[in-house]
Amino acid sequence: MDRSATSPSTLTGGARGNGDTIFTTIVRCAAVLILLGLGGMVVVMAWGARGAFAAFGPGFVLGTAWNPVTQHFGAAAPVFGTLVTALLAIALAVPLAFGIAVWLTEIASARIAGVIGTLIQLLAAVPSIIFGMWGFAVLVPFMAHHVEPLASHTLGRVPGIGIMFRGAPYGTGFLTGGMILAVMVTPFISAVMRDVFLSIPAVLKESAYGLGMTRWEVVRRIILPWSRTSVVGGIMLGLGRALGETMAITFVIGNANHIGWSLFSPGNTIASLIALEFPESAMGSLKFSSLMAAGFLLMLISLGTLVCSRLLLRTGRAA
Amino acid sequence: MMDPAAAARWQGNTLSDMRRRMVDRIATVLCWLATVLVLLMLFSILFVLVRNGIGGLRWATLVHVTAPPGQGGGLANAIVGSLIQTGLAVLIGAPIGLLAGIYLAEFTATDGRLTNLVRFVSDLLLSAPSILVGLFIYMVVVVPTGHFSGMAGALALSMLVVPVVVRTTEDMLRLVPLSMREAAIALGAPRWRVILLVCLRAARDGVTTGILLALARVSGETAPLLFTSLGNMNWSVSPAAPMASLPVTIYQYAGAAYDDWTALAWTGALLITAGILMINITVRLGLGRNRK
Repeated sequence: MDRSATSPSTLTGGARGNGDTIFTTIVRCAAVLILLGLGGMVVVMAWGARGAFAAFGPGFVLGTAWNPVTQHFGAAAPVFGTLVTALLAIALAVPLAFGIAVWLTEIASARIAGVIGTLIQLLAAVPSIIFGMWGFAVLVPFMAHHVEPLASHTLGRVPGIGIMFRGAPYGTGFLTGGMILAVMVTPFISAVMRDVFLSIPAVLKESAYGLGMTRWEVVRRIILPWSRTSVVGGIMLGLGRALGETMAITFVIGNANHIGWSLFSPGNTIASLIALEFPESAMGSLKFSSLMAAGFLLMLISLGTLVCSRLLLRTGRAA
Repeated sequence: MMDPAAAARWQGNTLSDMRRRMVDRIATVLCWLATVLVLLMLFSILFVLVRNGIGGLRWATLVHVTAPPGQGGGLANAIVGSLIQTGLAVLIGAPIGLLAGIYLAEFTATDGRLTNLVRFVSDLLLSAPSILVGLFIYMVVVVPTGHFSGMAGALALSMLVVPVVVRTTEDMLRLVPLSMREAAIALGAPRWRVILLVCLRAARDGVTTGILLALARVSGETAPLLFTSLGNMNWSVSPAAPMASLPVTIYQYAGAAYDDWTALAWTGALLITAGILMINITVRLGLGRNRK
């Protein structure tokens, strides 16, 4: 009786209050540690990159040279490769992911959709280096012997876009890199799409079907407009992942510092450049600093994309 | 009753209805194709892994350390190194992730702005390029200590463990019914005991799931280890020395010109993928059971 009368003060005061204060401090510290983690990454990368930015200025971003002999470094080629492969990946992955999400939510029965959805999510769990080995062993020969010769004989003759499909069929290159990344990011994008599609109120779809709409019309006119923001957020999430992928792309990109129209030609990405050249660059050298600067650019590009993605997904959820 | 025109429309007899149905058919077929294509990719990867890796799956591979080409080495040091580094990474990362997850789930009401920021940054770290984590740890651990080490590798991996654990812990704590908290608070328990002994216990399965998923996620990571634990051709279990790991060994051996090294790389790839998929399948089966 007495206790209940004074409960507000006893709950917040005395030994209990101390325990709660300590606990709150500990969990808050753990949370702040996460902020320090990302903040530390940004600061340390910028610090490591200062030599390169001092030597080349903002021109580092546009410089096309990567020459350890003359000590000239520029990030244009790897930045180009990073963007081209990631955009190719998205162009290939979005239709696939969309098809899968529609299949899982609208076409397949719930039980089968559960099994197949899990299988597709398992693809996301496969480590990136395994994709690299698979790409090198399966996709590269397939591209070199079948796809690329065929494409250069047909698409390569089309005026305008033909220039993208000419060149020696090495098998490695931007297109193969983009394809590997597409397979890797499709599960992420389709998972986001499936979740949004499932969150649409059933009444909306039912009334549309009741009006005599076909399934495709329901997808096109009800589901897509409703979920547009989140779908774009999911696509950006996939783009963010594709931009930073390292091991898979290192196996199939060809690793040449090259900018060109042909999708068949070998190239480079920031991540694969760092993975390959960092071990053989001396601490404190200009090359070391240039690699850090390239890493800093990658961080800006991918964090920018991911921030957009999260903001879109958040608005989508609130809507 | 319907008038004839409406009835005709209903039965799809008009030209525009036929067109609509065609478009619907085509879209359906394309959706099937997309699903089948991506499943084929998964099976192709698994098939290639088994075909190329199963031959090297012998006892000798598991107990011998890596050796120069042609001398019949195995993967023992890489397997043990991977276990040590991922184990350490989880030991370091899971408690931090757990506490931060508790913070996000339980303190939103009082610290709204900070929890939002932490949640946002944690989600960013979830998909940030892992190679940059490697560079970061290289700069803050490897450079000051002067050498590569298994501990540096574990620290790099722990930065990838944290966001996964944060996300699942928060989600699971939010699923704990309000009535359970209210009951505990009504009994006069202080907040920290309510959270640790009631909420966390109720969310235990989900939190374990998150830690297992984080373990699966980092055990295949290669890029963060390249500049932190580096790899080691010899037997070494000291976290202070460079340490071998399966992914880095696979990376070094896959592109090698020696057939026995390439074979070892495939065997290592098979081992690691099988392990990761096993954890994932177990966890997902467990999750499905809990949801029912």
